[in-house]
Amino acid sequence: MKASLITESLQVRVLLSVVAVLFIAIFVGLPLAIVFAEALSKGFQAYTNAIMSENARSAIKLTLLVAAIAVPCNMVFGLAASWAITKFEFAGKRLLITFIELPFSVSPVISGLIYVLLFGTNSMLGEWLDRHDIQIIFAVPGLVIATIFVTFPFIARELIPLMEEQGTESEEAAIMLGASGWQTFWHVTLPNIKWGLFYGVLLCNARAMGEFGAVSVVSGHISGLTNTIPLHVEILYNEYNFAAAFAVASILTLLALCTLLIKSIIEYYFPYEVKALH
Amino acid sequence: MNSMNDARMKNSFKLKQPSVIPGFGFALGFTLLYLTLIVIIPLSGLFIKTATMPWHTFVSTVTAPRVMSAYKISFGISFIAALVNVFFGLIIAWVLVRYKLPMKKLFDAMIDLPFALPTAVAGIALSTLYSPHGWIGELLAPLGIRLAFNPAGITIALIFVGLPFVVRTVEPLLQDMDAELEEAAAGLGASRWQTFSRIIFPYICPALLTGFAMAFARGLGEYGSVIFIAGNVPMVSEIVPLVIITKLEQYDYAGATAIALTMLLASFILLLIINLLQRWGNGRMKS
Repeated sequence: MKASLITESLQVRVLLSVVAVLFIAIFVGLPLAIVFAEALSKGFQAYTNAIMSENARSAIKLTLLVAAIAVPCNMVFGLAASWAITKFEFAGKRLLITFIELPFSVSPVISGLIYVLLFGTNSMLGEWLDRHDIQIIFAVPGLVIATIFVTFPFIARELIPLMEEQGTESEEAAIMLGASGWQTFWHVTLPNIKWGLFYGVLLCNARAMGEFGAVSVVSGHISGLTNTIPLHVEILYNEYNFAAAFAVASILTLLALCTLLIKSIIEYYFPYEVKALH
Repeated sequence: MNSMNDARMKNSFKLKQPSVIPGFGFALGFTLLYLTLIVIIPLSGLFIKTATMPWHTFVSTVTAPRVMSAYKISFGISFIAALVNVFFGLIIAWVLVRYKLPMKKLFDAMIDLPFALPTAVAGIALSTLYSPHGWIGELLAPLGIRLAFNPAGITIALIFVGLPFVVRTVEPLLQDMDAELEEAAAGLGASRWQTFSRIIFPYICPALLTGFAMAFARGLGEYGSVIFIAGNVPMVSEIVPLVIITKLEQYDYAGATAIALTMLLASFILLLIINLLQRWGNGRMKS
């Protein structure tokens, strides 16, 4: 009898469950299904042609290159920031955390715009860069730096709450016993945070490879040169080449699904090492 | 006594507390350098560029009719989509936490897809689904309902991108909730609805508002998933980020910057509200 008092009647439970499942199916399941249905709508041959085409291959290469630079940069930053923030007490810590999380609340379009203002042809730096024949906007460095900006907080935000909770005692003990700073970091801190770090890198990478708005502003859309996978998808779609657009999009969708799968596995096996909420 | 207090006072005014752990200077120095180069200098460029604009030009740029209607669309539709997400997000979180359901793990994992799926992919998938020849659009077309290439399409895209926020902020609260409270209410004769509206709802209210504000903020800045399904008709279905891009493509950097700055300030205000809401929620959790 008690049990029935703290739950709803059967009708209400069935109704709510149906609403929840339908909502997830319509808003998440169908978009997922249509990507693969459209990608294969012209047959498997057309699918492989689309993802093996010259422009698609260069887009894939460029996306891998951008992520291979942006993610490690943010990883080093995330480790340094969380070391400073969690192992020491200093004034202005809250403010620093707020600044680190700032890029999350900036629209992707604005994230691209700020670098156009900084490095574009009309800016102060732009003239200097022009004279020295260095191109940042509408070139690979612009894509990299815009990607670094939009994925800036991912790893730091994952590590800070985790290292906060682990405290400083292990590190203090290691130092007292004569370990150097680097030894302490490699042998004491890193083993404790490795899954949290991996989790942050995973999410950072997914966003870096999928970013659209910010890179779209700085890319200039030069096929074969400054098109990442998401930008290539946009071009194919706007050319009404739907099957090819979805074929290339399916690569990104598979990446998203793999990310979610690995994320769920880590959350299942190491629930206390990936505390941050998403 | 006094001298001890003085010593403690002095200590608490130090910029950094002493520690045996090394690497403070290097780690903080690198953090500040990287933060300044990547975030602070580029963002302040937005303010500097706007400051070079005469005030009346700035005002006329950010209040031009096309921009004003874009604000209305962006703010209005983000608000509606966030409301829809609060309602359905609460139901989903409730069902996922409290009910037995086959394949619950799968449904739960699917909630994160909007976070993981690149926005351009979401955009083309949604516009294909809801276009008059798509799986859903086809069903609705005979009824005279069009959900793509108009403001309704923007709403759908923003519901998609905002879905995880409410679910993920409410879920942990429902998981941690003490069953005794509900039992006590039921024991005292409260109906299930009364227990929900008087006990559970006030308890999760800060989390719901936080999720709402996060979904709303995300909707304001969203670009990739919206532009494909929006139709992008000026004054009807043009969002603010698209107006910024259009200005940029016309080399109107000053105009793009001015509008970007107003949007940035709006997001900062929202960020502040989210922080206050979270603090309110945490404070109530402890008491």
